[in-house]
Amino acid sequence: MNALTSFPQGQEPETLVSTAAVTVTQVPHRARLSLRARGDLAPLDRALGFALPRGIGGVTLGTACLGPDEWIILTDDAAAVMTACAEVSLPHSLVDVSGREITFEIEGPRASELLTLGCPRDIDAIPDGTARRTVFDGVTVTLWRDTAERFRIDVWNSFAPHVAHLLASGARELAAEMA
Amino acid sequence: MLLIHCPHCQETLPEAEFTYAGQAHIVRPADPMSQTDEQWEEFLFIRQNAKGAHYERWRHLHGCGRFFNAVRDTVSDRFLTTYVSGAPRPDLSSLMEGKA
Repeated sequence: MNALTSFPQGQEPETLVSTAAVTVTQVPHRARLSLRARGDLAPLDRALGFALPRGIGGVTLGTACLGPDEWIILTDDAAAVMTACAEVSLPHSLVDVSGREITFEIEGPRASELLTLGCPRDIDAIPDGTARRTVFDGVTVTLWRDTAERFRIDVWNSFAPHVAHLLASGARELAAEMA
Repeated sequence: MLLIHCPHCQETLPEAEFTYAGQAHIVRPADPMSQTDEQWEEFLFIRQNAKGAHYERWRHLHGCGRFFNAVRDTVSDRFLTTYVSGAPRPDLSSLMEGKA
């Protein structure tokens, strides 16, 4: 099975599984940029038009801090961000990694329980409105918690079929428990 | 499962996010050409096999991605402390107090 053709990055959301417990949706493609920089970040803040989140896990306007010198920027206009940062004097790396990952949205009353299937973190301890890299059944994923019952995970293309399958069977299992 | 404190993320997280990366505080010689074969062998291959406190490197692979150092008791598997790479070696006697 070709992972890329089985998970085309479409423009329309596609529901993978929908149960009373949780709904898993593949959400439309957005541009993703990986930013690496150290030192005084003020010039980058000015170029981007907002302050980059400084603490790991912090999210500002779709930009998450994943490491001490690493950010992932979700945007609808990658070219504008690239142009804005091109003039910044601070040495940095800004790479378009849009094609790298598939995003699944996990929403429902038992969404956090579904994530415990593969994620060793204490999901309930993750504050709303934060993002971090973690592991889901052996796969590195970026886990965004938007609200108490809505999460997004970014999964590398080639791992997406495996993760999608696990999420779908887990969602049906949780729904069966409730019935 | 071990819980490990990542000094970059400032969170105590499950071991499954981390990978072990060997003994810590091994300094590459500034001038490798000046080293004898024995010194080079020592640098490349000779490692401690500590029973008790061991200084070691870990990497928060499924997280911030950074390497950091840790002191772990190899008998009890208890992490005495973790600290960022480049920081001085913590004093063992103060770490061992009350942990024995």
